[in-house]
Amino acid sequence: MKLADDEKAMLDGRQGPARQRAMDLLVRYGEALGAERLVDTNNVCATVGATTPFLRDWAAEHPGGLDAVFSEFSLDSAEVLEIPKVKAYTCHVQQGIDPEHAVEQGVSPQLVQLYRKGEAFMGRIGVQLLNTCAPYQVGNVPVKGEHCAWMESSAVIYCNGALGARTNAEGRESAGAAMLTGKIPYWGYHLHGNRLGTHLVEIEVEVKDTADWGLLGYYIGEVVQEQIPVLNGIGHVPNLARLKHFGAAAASSGGVEMYHVVGITPEAPSLAAAFGGRKPLATLKYGAAERRRAYEQVNSTGRDRQVDYVMLGCPHYSLEQIWEACQLLEGQRVHASTSLWIFTPSAIKQIADRNGYTKIISDAGGVLMTDNCSAFGRVMPKGTKVAAVDSAKQAHYLPAIMGVQAWFGTTAECIQAAVTGRWSGGMR
Amino acid sequence: MSAIVLHGRKVVGGCVEGEALVTRDHISGWGGIDPRTGTIIETRHALRGQSFKGKVLVFPGAKGSSGWSSQFHIARLAGTAPLAMLFNEMTTKIALGAVVTHAPAMTDFDRDPLEAIATGDWVKVDADRGVVEVTKKPRA
Repeated sequence: MKLADDEKAMLDGRQGPARQRAMDLLVRYGEALGAERLVDTNNVCATVGATTPFLRDWAAEHPGGLDAVFSEFSLDSAEVLEIPKVKAYTCHVQQGIDPEHAVEQGVSPQLVQLYRKGEAFMGRIGVQLLNTCAPYQVGNVPVKGEHCAWMESSAVIYCNGALGARTNAEGRESAGAAMLTGKIPYWGYHLHGNRLGTHLVEIEVEVKDTADWGLLGYYIGEVVQEQIPVLNGIGHVPNLARLKHFGAAAASSGGVEMYHVVGITPEAPSLAAAFGGRKPLATLKYGAAERRRAYEQVNSTGRDRQVDYVMLGCPHYSLEQIWEACQLLEGQRVHASTSLWIFTPSAIKQIADRNGYTKIISDAGGVLMTDNCSAFGRVMPKGTKVAAVDSAKQAHYLPAIMGVQAWFGTTAECIQAAVTGRWSGGMR
Repeated sequence: MSAIVLHGRKVVGGCVEGEALVTRDHISGWGGIDPRTGTIIETRHALRGQSFKGKVLVFPGAKGSSGWSSQFHIARLAGTAPLAMLFNEMTTKIALGAVVTHAPAMTDFDRDPLEAIATGDWVKVDADRGVVEVTKKPRA
């Protein structure tokens, strides 16, 4: 791999041992990929925390504290290095716990203490504690063409598809190296030619709310897997929440990291532009039958109608979605045998507090939580056997990770389940 | 019995030999393996319940969460990592995962390793030279 002068300087250790190890890792990673060079990045979304079970135990057995954790798990270095401030603007993706709701989530005080230590460490090195899977909802909105190094599949697909910024799905170690060096391999979705559409999807039914977009994403991901779908025939301009649910679903049933919506997303002013003059490898249609198939697949684990737990906020809810849930919920009570947890970034929760939305939710018996989610943090109300969600992604992962049944439906159906304690949703 | 020879590209250098574990299913990291035991846990996976610890793992590629590399990183620290990795599809997940696993890894083969290698075959991986030698397991 060809290195620029500033990259060679870091590799030679002229900017200290931590940046040297970071550059060494990027060179090994770039050569493994077959990349020819690195590219500058000033936008990293990473995970640095040490609250998952293996890391907790490892940190307890190894001296060196969080510098040691960062050295091993973010830089692939067994040698404990002093970690300097980051070079690239970096924000943290979702965490393992919500420290403000540790009791409800069944999290020990010791773990909260470890979490707080981690927060202090990250603050010191300059990692912004956005603590969300959807950083683009709380100020990290890269511009078209911006080179990023993001983790979290639902954020990666939003960055590429909805915003036209450029990122591959990075891992903990490559994001760690990127934040210290401001570099990432110039490979994959950083190159224009790799961003063009491969599959044409003709949309033949109306796709309206977030649940509709989730179903569409779930169907497309299953069919195209890791390739690049081009959606043609979307009648209405969607909004942030709809594209967010679409991408999260497509990245769960498949591995979609890039897509185009003709006439709407930044790199698809026309059908021809989306394919860059190439012919689609295949053309699919999304009609009533395909929609039904996706609905049945997403709902394949739902059997018992009695719902123990309603989880909203996968990916983390926007303020608009919290407002929608509040309007559906206001003046009602969550059923005695059901719990309602809604997840959002802590920055959005601050506004929800001021707007009175948090109170509407808690007056009804629900809880507005931050920083994590049920699948990622492995946290649910005690005794949950049946969950209801408005996210195809959560319906995909929650049964596999937590061994529960999951019903998928609209936000309104989920709120109704929270209030009545029963699932009465169905294909509309 | 003469060995089958495959040529490919080095992803991570090194030279090892051992028994092959082959799957046609993609492997998921986060939520797909238990790194403490080196076992595949994904529902409906062909290798569900089997361990890749100390095996030459032959598979099409990686899928799933961006937590792929950190799960195989943990497997190395837990002593359950594969001996080597041979795969067809290059992605950021598998490139980074192979790098932090520190095991020899290869891709871009002149013939499909999923065809040439079966579970139980004895495989010699020389990633530095880009050569894989396969001695077929004798039929019972």
